[in-house]
Amino acid sequence: MRLVRELRDNSVEFLTSFGSAVIFFLRLLAYTPRALLRPRLVLRQVYVVGAESLVLIMMAGLFVGMVLGLQFYTTMAKFGAEQSLGAVVVLALVRELGPVVTALLFAGRAGTALASEIGLMKATEQLSGMEMMAVDPVRYVIVPRFLGAFIAMPLLTAIFNAIAILGSWWVAVQLMGLDNGQFWSPMPDNVDVFDDVLGGVLKSVFFGAAAGLLAVFEGFRAYPTAEGVSRATTRTVVMTAMAVLVLDYMLTAILI
Amino acid sequence: MGQNKSVDFATGLFIFLGLAAMFFLLTQTTNIEAYGDEGYTVTARFSNIGNLKERAPVSLSGVTIGRVKKIEVDPERLDAVVTFTIDSRYSAIPADSSVSILTAGLLGEKYLGIEPGGDIENLKDGDEVLFTQSAVVLENLISKYLFDTASGGEE
Repeated sequence: MRLVRELRDNSVEFLTSFGSAVIFFLRLLAYTPRALLRPRLVLRQVYVVGAESLVLIMMAGLFVGMVLGLQFYTTMAKFGAEQSLGAVVVLALVRELGPVVTALLFAGRAGTALASEIGLMKATEQLSGMEMMAVDPVRYVIVPRFLGAFIAMPLLTAIFNAIAILGSWWVAVQLMGLDNGQFWSPMPDNVDVFDDVLGGVLKSVFFGAAAGLLAVFEGFRAYPTAEGVSRATTRTVVMTAMAVLVLDYMLTAILI
Repeated sequence: MGQNKSVDFATGLFIFLGLAAMFFLLTQTTNIEAYGDEGYTVTARFSNIGNLKERAPVSLSGVTIGRVKKIEVDPERLDAVVTFTIDSRYSAIPADSSVSILTAGLLGEKYLGIEPGGDIENLKDGDEVLFTQSAVVLENLISKYLFDTASGGEE
């Protein structure tokens, strides 16, 4: 009996959160045109969530690419297929790994920062202070942060992919001795601009919207205490990871 | 102000890097040049195209000189009409050249191979190549060998 009640309560709570997240999202969209009239606020957030995540994304991209190069090279060499390595690495990265890994890292690096910042602003009553002065916090605090994440994600994904390809090139060509031409030449024959690269960009756009939305949403509705802020931060990472992986499957199914 | 400037610099650098990475991905790793449309368009009819795909290379003496643009079935004559573009640099291809569907390697991708003829006239935009050779379908070859049914549907 208790189990049933808990299940019911949990699903009601989940659907309630989902509904309020959607309503919050629509509210953000309604504010977006006016926020774009103040580009400095948005660009400032592009800097905070994008430029400050750059080193992490580049390091991760480099090592993901190097591991891919190493793993695929040793495996494919067993079948004498190492001349397809370049195409395989690029396809794996631009279609799947680039958008997903970038979004997960983004949730850990920038999403948590956004959520705890907004949560702390709420806990220290900065948001209600703004309301007192007839300044809408959603317009001046929330929307620029959401847009910053939305703009930064595709750019971070592209940087991740480019660095990862160079990383796998370095391992395959410089370390394992694959011919340079054999690495680059299979790519144009197998990688399609629209299906593969722009499909990956589309994914990163969706992930950017999801990660940005969940971070500001969890921060904005955080319970204004130290514990509430820490819970909001945790929920941001968990919910973003779930949302990104579910969205990834749905987008892949649509794009194929 | 000084701090503002360095934030602006980092933001600019980040956006520039992102766009440069996007440009690198699009130009270095993809078939984007296959979507370029300069050149002239020629059609050819085949009774069987195997698994020739759009944007497959068109090659002359093994060098890629164009791309397959469109593949469709003629609803009346019930054969496949392949439309392909040839780079305008190669405008001196004789009109009686023949086109065959070939395979790169034993199991590789299909491509169009042009075998030059001897006509004085050259292929022009909108022409149809009359001499074509369809793809070799492995099953048909095997059944020909096994059952000696030479009256197969190909060619």
